[in-house]
Amino acid sequence: MGKRVAITGFGQTHHTARRWDVNGLELIQEAVTAALADAALTLKDIDAVVIGNMDHFEGINYVDTWGVEGAGAFMKPIFKVTTGGTTGTTVAIAGYYHVASGLFDNVLAIGWEKNSESDTTGAIITCSDPIWDRFSYSGAIPSLAVEASAYMKKYGITEKDAARVTVRDRGNAVNNPYAHLHKAVTIEDVMSSPMLTEPIKLLDICPRSDGAAAVIFSSEEKAQKICPRPAWVHAVSVRHDTTWFGDIDYTRLISLESAAREAFKIAGIHEPLKELDVCELYFPYSFAGLKWMESIGFCRPGEAPKLLWDGVTDMGGPMPVNPSGGVLSTNCIGATGLLRVGEVALQIMGRANKRQVEGARLAMATGFGGCFWSDVLIVGAEKP
Amino acid sequence: MKRVAVVGVAQTRFERRIIDRNLADLVYEVTTGVLDDAEMSIDQIDNVITVSNDFWDGRTISSMAVMDACGAYGKNVSTVEGDGTFGALYGAMRIWSGSFGTTLVVAHSKSSEGSLPLITNAMFDPIYYRPLGLDAISSSALQAQAYIDRRGARAEDWAMISVKNHGNAKLNPLAQLPMDLTVEQVLTSRRIADPLRLLDCSPISDGACALILAAEDRVSQSKQKPVWLKGVGYAAELHYLGDRDLSQPQALTQAAKQAYRMAGISSPREQIDFLEIYDAFSYMESLWLEGLGFCEPGEGGKLTREGVTRREGRLPVNPSGGVLSAHAVLVAGLVRMAEVTLQIRGTAGAHQLGKARSGLAHGINGPCGQSHCVWILGKD
Repeated sequence: MGKRVAITGFGQTHHTARRWDVNGLELIQEAVTAALADAALTLKDIDAVVIGNMDHFEGINYVDTWGVEGAGAFMKPIFKVTTGGTTGTTVAIAGYYHVASGLFDNVLAIGWEKNSESDTTGAIITCSDPIWDRFSYSGAIPSLAVEASAYMKKYGITEKDAARVTVRDRGNAVNNPYAHLHKAVTIEDVMSSPMLTEPIKLLDICPRSDGAAAVIFSSEEKAQKICPRPAWVHAVSVRHDTTWFGDIDYTRLISLESAAREAFKIAGIHEPLKELDVCELYFPYSFAGLKWMESIGFCRPGEAPKLLWDGVTDMGGPMPVNPSGGVLSTNCIGATGLLRVGEVALQIMGRANKRQVEGARLAMATGFGGCFWSDVLIVGAEKP
Repeated sequence: MKRVAVVGVAQTRFERRIIDRNLADLVYEVTTGVLDDAEMSIDQIDNVITVSNDFWDGRTISSMAVMDACGAYGKNVSTVEGDGTFGALYGAMRIWSGSFGTTLVVAHSKSSEGSLPLITNAMFDPIYYRPLGLDAISSSALQAQAYIDRRGARAEDWAMISVKNHGNAKLNPLAQLPMDLTVEQVLTSRRIADPLRLLDCSPISDGACALILAAEDRVSQSKQKPVWLKGVGYAAELHYLGDRDLSQPQALTQAAKQAYRMAGISSPREQIDFLEIYDAFSYMESLWLEGLGFCEPGEGGKLTREGVTRREGRLPVNPSGGVLSAHAVLVAGLVRMAEVTLQIRGTAGAHQLGKARSGLAHGINGPCGQSHCVWILGKD
């Protein structure tokens, strides 16, 4: 591995369904200002910027150049990365490589989305192949419904098991002043919410939010001066394997299995459930909170409901998942993965306030998107 | 920092409209092409950077369409949305970080399938600028006019650039527009957006390009001689055209300074043998030469007039024919790096230059070169 890299600052907007009061640039600027304040840095300290979102949500082409004024990138190095739902973690991983390369000391990674300006499903549908997939199989909710159905059938999972994931994440969101949805819900609320696409009901799926996030990555020399307890990046891993939607094995999430295995190997983690203290996992719908736990390797296939009902992943449990409320409570797509990274960094820094997991020293963040793609980051209090 | 080299190069032929291959086919063509060039296998590629744009591809998460074609299955892969020079930058960063020994960088574009005015209008602020109908051509026309007004630039010099680059393209079998032109023909060609005429403008092109980058301890896996990445710099200026002095590319000057410093170049005019720069419009070649420090502001045209930038001149610029002769958006900057690599290797074929030990490649993002990436490549 190259140079050591740590997260030294994190800023986010107060996420909500529709930010009438700001435009995209102002939204970005809010997160950047918050991240700089968190690290007690000014723009002068930032050597380079990397930014990402999904083009077709706001309909803005070349967001890196359009966004210079909001990002604070005037006369600075900046470029854009974008990979769909994984954009936020892609931005974070790019921020990591910027610093690890030795080119820069402090790098600002920005993810944002103003979903209120978009036709979210209309935009997502065009990711599918225009000839074969787009008319028969496309959009976020239908493809996730296929996955959930395959998983339920194979392992006898129930809709109620999935509802328990929503109850956990939405309950956690009450402790997060930045979360979009702030109301705790019950199993009954989830079960009686309107059916969208069998078996996914309204409360099984994430909202669409306006919001931005900014994370500062720093070199070893700078990190120790900026932050009393920086969150060191221990491992990053990416799997964006693309196949036709019809060729995916929906009973597994192979990309996450592969990415998690690689990240754990790099970070020297052998028993993730025991060794990790807290996770922020990109679960865009409740069933993911079961199936993808198995893909990561927290338990064997089909055993995630037990983990969940036993409270292992609840706040106060041995390994809390999504103290922030997760994606089920906030989903500003280009920012969503970066929020996961920023939130685990806060946990390591001990700055998560009411959502703090006591003694968090090793944490995992994931991103999900594209064609069932996965990104994994491991951060920790110890230097890698 | 590890030394990194370009060890493989592949390009498609650039055409106005490729109808017999889709985007993935183009990417597959250059991916297999670059592996053949290096005589490497996909198993020797540690990670992949793709370059694509959802607007140009008419598809959200446009990288999805090429992930299988570029051999990224099971690998760490990411996607840069911008010019290919920035894709190469991220690819090199990943090697410099020590995490990977080799990176495949691949860029594709089928500009023929989209609408240039609509797609490039979408790069502007939606409230104040888009309703004016600005696009890549009309905004560049404003820049060209500012260049005339503030720096005394002359359309005759730009015409000479067009004549030179289309002439150079005659020696490059992959170029789209090899042409025998006269200054008179350029100056009397159809007006596109005043002061730009048809032959001042690059064409719409389809095509793809790929590079393999390798760390010093991996370059021996390629059968090709390594061409080293000596320096890189990049920077962006403000977005709103009215807030910029369009006749003075200050972000380019800063990017060039970074690249020169990293490459240990104190006098670019003496230490760089040739350039491949992003001449999307004829005037850009001379304006970028000024920004890069090869002459004083306002004197770019003089370099052309005096023949300095011709193939046989002291400082050949765009010996491949440049972007004026083939402009696959996003791909074009990576092609500049590929062409510099071929020249330094000494395998550029008919358009090979005599002296090519140190070259500069350049790409732009955003309207009127708002963001620039400058690369210095060298033989040793």
